[in-house]
Amino acid sequence: MTDADVIDTLAGIRPGSKLDAIRARRAVARDQAQASYRALFEPAAPGDMSVEERFAVACFVVGLHGDTGILGFYAERLAASGAPASLRAAVEAEAAAGRTQGPFGHYPAGPLSREDTDGMILRISEAGRAALGPRLAAAFAHVHMLIFHPRDAAPPSLQSLLDAGWSATGIVTLSQIVAFLSFQIRVVSGFRVLAGQ
Amino acid sequence: MPETTLVPPPHTGPVAFTQAQLEWLAWIAPVPEAELTERQRASLIDAARAKSPYFRLLARDPDALEARTRTDKDIFYNPEGGAPRAERELAAAATSRFNGCIYCASVHARFAATYSKRGEDVQKLLDEGVGADLGERWNAVVAASVALAATPVAFGPEHVARLRKAGMDDFAIADIIQAASFFNWANRLMLSLGEPSLDAAA
Repeated sequence: MTDADVIDTLAGIRPGSKLDAIRARRAVARDQAQASYRALFEPAAPGDMSVEERFAVACFVVGLHGDTGILGFYAERLAASGAPASLRAAVEAEAAAGRTQGPFGHYPAGPLSREDTDGMILRISEAGRAALGPRLAAAFAHVHMLIFHPRDAAPPSLQSLLDAGWSATGIVTLSQIVAFLSFQIRVVSGFRVLAGQ
Repeated sequence: MPETTLVPPPHTGPVAFTQAQLEWLAWIAPVPEAELTERQRASLIDAARAKSPYFRLLARDPDALEARTRTDKDIFYNPEGGAPRAERELAAAATSRFNGCIYCASVHARFAATYSKRGEDVQKLLDEGVGADLGERWNAVVAASVALAATPVAFGPEHVARLRKAGMDDFAIADIIQAASFFNWANRLMLSLGEPSLDAAA
C-alpha cells in the first residue's frame, strides 16, 4: 500500500511547506485524491482490469502528457506489476508515437461547427498490437482519443473495447483511470508552479 | 458474447453551449436502481443520485466513484477560505467550454451565474468561448483553466502572477488549480460514457 501522499510526492510538497499548509485546508480533497489513487491502482480486488493493465494505461497517459517526472513513478510500478520488458517498451513507443496537442475535436453540427478542429488519430502499430495484446491495443486507441480529443467520443469507440474483451465494469474503471490521471497530472503541474513562485 | 453499447432513445441533442438543464443518456448500461448493492448505494453519497444514470453507471466501480465524489465536494463546496465559490465554478465552466463538454458546462455555468450574479458574463463565456472578455480577474481565472486543460499542460508562472495581480492569494490560486484540474476528470467521464439531451427525462 502507498502510504505517502502521491500528489505531494509528485509535486515535491514537503511537510511544513506553504503548499503543505494550503493542502491541509482542503484535507478531504487531499485524502480522497489519495483514496482515488488507491481505488484505481491498489484495488481490493482487481476485478475486470488487471493491475498490470492499470499501470500500462497510466504510463501511456502520462507519456502522452510528456511529464517525465510523473512517468518515473508509474513506470516503476508497471515494472513491479510484473509487466514484461516487451510490454513496457511498447507502451513507451506508442506514447512517443501518439504525442500531440489537445484538446481538439468536433461538435454536433450547428453553430459550434466553426470551432471544429482536426488532429492526430492514433493507429496502434502492428508491433504495438502484438506486444500489447488485443485488450490494451483497443484501450490505447480509446485512451488517446480521451486525452486529446474527448469531444469526439462516440459509442463505436466503446464498442471496440467491448469487442476486445472489456466488460462494462472494466470500461468504467479504465475511464476513471484516464480521467483521474488527467486531474492528478494537472494538480501536480499546478502545485509545482505555485510552490516555485 | 461481448456486451454491446446502448442506443439512446430518440432525443434532441444540444448543438450549442447553454445554461439550460440537460439530461444525460448513457452509452453503457448503468446498474439498474433496484439492483444496486449496498456498497454501490453507499458510493453514491447522496441517496437521490440513485435516480441518475450517470452515477449508477459509475457505481460499477464504487470505490473509485466514492473517492471521486468526496474529492469533488471538498474542492467545490468547502466554504472555508480560498477562492469564492463563484470563481471555482467559473474555472469548472471554462475548462468544460475549452474541452467541449456541453453537459458539464451547462451545470457549472448555472452555478457560476448563481453565485456571482453575473449571468450575462457567464453566457458570454458559453457563446464566445474562452477568449471572451469577462473583466481582468475572471479573464485570469479562465486563462489559468485553459492552460491547465491543454495537453501537454501549459500552466506556468505567468498564470500564477496574473492571478496574484488580480487579487488572489495562494490559497485561492490552489483552489482554482484544483477546480480546473477536477473538470479534466469530470469532462472525460461525461463526454465518453454518454451524451446530453435537451429533452426532459421521461
